[in-house]
Amino acid sequence: MKLFRSVTNKPWERKGIIGGMRPEGAFNTDAERVALSFFLIIASVVFSLFTVSYFIRMELPDWQPLAEPTQLWLNTGLLVASSVLFQWARNIVGSGQSNNLLIALVGAGVFALLFIVGQLLTWQDLQAAGLYLSSNPANAFYYLMTGLHAVHLLGGLWVWSRSTIRLLSGAEVTDIKLSIELCALYWHFLLLVWLVLFALLANT
Amino acid sequence: MAYVPLADRDHEMEMHHPHTWIGKYVWSQDHKVIAIQYGSIAIFTGLVGLVLSLLFRLQLGFPESVSFVDPNFYYQAITMHGMIMVVYFLTALFLGGFGNYLVPLMCGARDMVFPFMNMLSVWVFLVSVIILMASFFVGGGPTGAGWTLYPPQTAMAGTPGHDLGIVLMLVSLAVFIVAFTMGGLNYVVTILQYRCRGLTMMRLPLSIWGIFVATVLGLFAFPALLVAAIMMLFDTLLGTSFFMPAVLESGTALDHNGGSPILFQHLFWFFGHPEVYIVALPAFGLVSDVLSVHARKNIFGYRMMVWAIIAIGGLSFIVWAHHMYVSGMNPYFGFFFATTTLIIAVPTALKVYNWVLTLWEGDIRMNVPMYFAIGFIFTFIHGGLTGLFLGNVVIDLPLSDTYFVIAHFHMVMGVSPILVLFAAIYHWYPKMTGRMFHEGMAKLHFWLTFLGAYAIYLPMHYLGFLGVPRRYYALGTTEFIPASAQDLNATITIAALIVGISQLLFFINIIWSLRYGKKADPNPWGAASLEWQTPDTPPAHGNWGDQLPTVYRWAYDYSVPGAHQDFIPQNTPESEEPTVSDEHFDPDTEKSLANL
Repeated sequence: MKLFRSVTNKPWERKGIIGGMRPEGAFNTDAERVALSFFLIIASVVFSLFTVSYFIRMELPDWQPLAEPTQLWLNTGLLVASSVLFQWARNIVGSGQSNNLLIALVGAGVFALLFIVGQLLTWQDLQAAGLYLSSNPANAFYYLMTGLHAVHLLGGLWVWSRSTIRLLSGAEVTDIKLSIELCALYWHFLLLVWLVLFALLANT
Repeated sequence: MAYVPLADRDHEMEMHHPHTWIGKYVWSQDHKVIAIQYGSIAIFTGLVGLVLSLLFRLQLGFPESVSFVDPNFYYQAITMHGMIMVVYFLTALFLGGFGNYLVPLMCGARDMVFPFMNMLSVWVFLVSVIILMASFFVGGGPTGAGWTLYPPQTAMAGTPGHDLGIVLMLVSLAVFIVAFTMGGLNYVVTILQYRCRGLTMMRLPLSIWGIFVATVLGLFAFPALLVAAIMMLFDTLLGTSFFMPAVLESGTALDHNGGSPILFQHLFWFFGHPEVYIVALPAFGLVSDVLSVHARKNIFGYRMMVWAIIAIGGLSFIVWAHHMYVSGMNPYFGFFFATTTLIIAVPTALKVYNWVLTLWEGDIRMNVPMYFAIGFIFTFIHGGLTGLFLGNVVIDLPLSDTYFVIAHFHMVMGVSPILVLFAAIYHWYPKMTGRMFHEGMAKLHFWLTFLGAYAIYLPMHYLGFLGVPRRYYALGTTEFIPASAQDLNATITIAALIVGISQLLFFINIIWSLRYGKKADPNPWGAASLEWQTPDTPPAHGNWGDQLPTVYRWAYDYSVPGAHQDFIPQNTPESEEPTVSDEHFDPDTEKSLANL
């Protein structure tokens, strides 16, 4: 109700330094985290709109459902592993230590890369089976949505590579703490998006 | 985490003060320089849009008077005019320009939260403009599909620019969205997290509220355009059929099959309608501040104004299909959107009442910005009222493809925001440059623009009622269109040319005054909000010198009874509040002010 209180206060009646919606920042956290949260909402909007378009397009008569490659189960496992390792890295920096941090961090990135390679392999399999982008809207959506998800993951990997390089070149754990925490949050988000996409693609 | 003011953070030390000319004016991370860069690019692009409009107006008023305005060029011109004005001019100037300039200053911050990303934003924006302009120089020219880019005609051979033009347009839009997202995250996070001590959300000037909500709308609405642009790029380049139905082109079937053009319309307008408010809300905010300052009165109903901005922002996401009544929708669907459209008129009308009531019994100073602000109230009421007509399905259906719609949306989201832009530029010009502009020239500019705008758009309502269709290159001979309609068209074109050329007054004025204008006072209008209280004019890098300001009151303490001047700056503590003794105190004034 704090938000409600703050938008109902009468600014003309009170003078002096007042509290209200915490004048020193609406959210009690780093600016970077707020920015990332906004970005996650934006990315959710993008994926949701694709999903809505998917459902609308699906209703039209020329839609032929695509049998999703079984390899997607393996890929999902890789992404889960990546997310778990990132959570581990996050716990390590959270407790202020640095034991095994490099293993967790590098492992997380490698599994994410493997996931992307796995996704590319499914594309190759589909192509080999004659299921091209333009053959059917179901295929087009498959390439489009998995591609978009992979692009988001690549963006995350860019930040990941910067933190890893900094860690390797001897940066203090406290310097890369925020970066690792935000990466972990982003990874969990992308895992969630992937699970929803996977369920969507596999069930239709 | 405890709050550490920006000034005390480690990276404040790193906030590099540039030493080279390039570091200061080109690769600058200072929000004020970025604002000017954003503004200049946007205004340049807007000028291209203006010239295009004059060219197609010449064709409409005096058919075939300009040799190169053939049907293809006509469609390319109207398409580029629309897209440029809405996205690359208004959105970029309001949020990239004024958002960048005012957000840190009005929030009492030294800069945006992420200055590097802010710099990236303006350069990526420039790239998007270059891509857009490049389409004028490729084979086939820019797309001529109309600014709504409806498939399937965007990709059909009959449409000019159906091959490269449309691709460049879509890529440019996608790049613009990336730029906007980088800038937008900056504005939102700066407003939420980097306000100075004492500056609660409800003490923010309405300009910031307008920019804030508009940016949030932009961040959540532009993705719809991005999604539509990506899918259409796939359709155009890779042969998919997201939007493209089975269709014949000069007798041969295209490779597409079964796509849904209506789906594109939904995605486009799910972005397109919030876009109207992305432009309008900053205008609402800026004009509220201009009116309040020059009427020497606090804004009427501040809280209502804030809530109205938020309500309009929320509602703007559920009215989009009123742009699609003619697409043949389920009547219940149309009924729903007509209802929400009429509901959104409530908070909007409330804002108009509050502007008028702010003027009521105010100590009005007819300074140049006030002319434009009052002009805005006229044009906005005018455009808003025709919106009530068009929001109803039965009235929209016959009027939708006529000049009535052109008149409506130009009054409400063309002329009105532009009048606010002029008001805002004249209002903040002394702070931005440290010089005053030439008043006489500015007033002449106002009258030519304001009366000229009416001369252009008022007759268009009448043309619309006659049923004159929009988008037509030439009307030809038609029974229901009398010959006098053509005379009216010629008149409109002459008015448009005069308005177009009179904008030179504005450019001459602001460029001439940069150098020869009178030196400006740090606070020439006597405004209470924070940006006028900076130690330097124009504000130096870092804005506030050694000490960040502390805010003790809201931004609208004007004509406070008992105070010895008619405004109290936001950063004046209560203890230092200058007062006059009781014998100099006019009880009548106090009474009338207290009643307001």
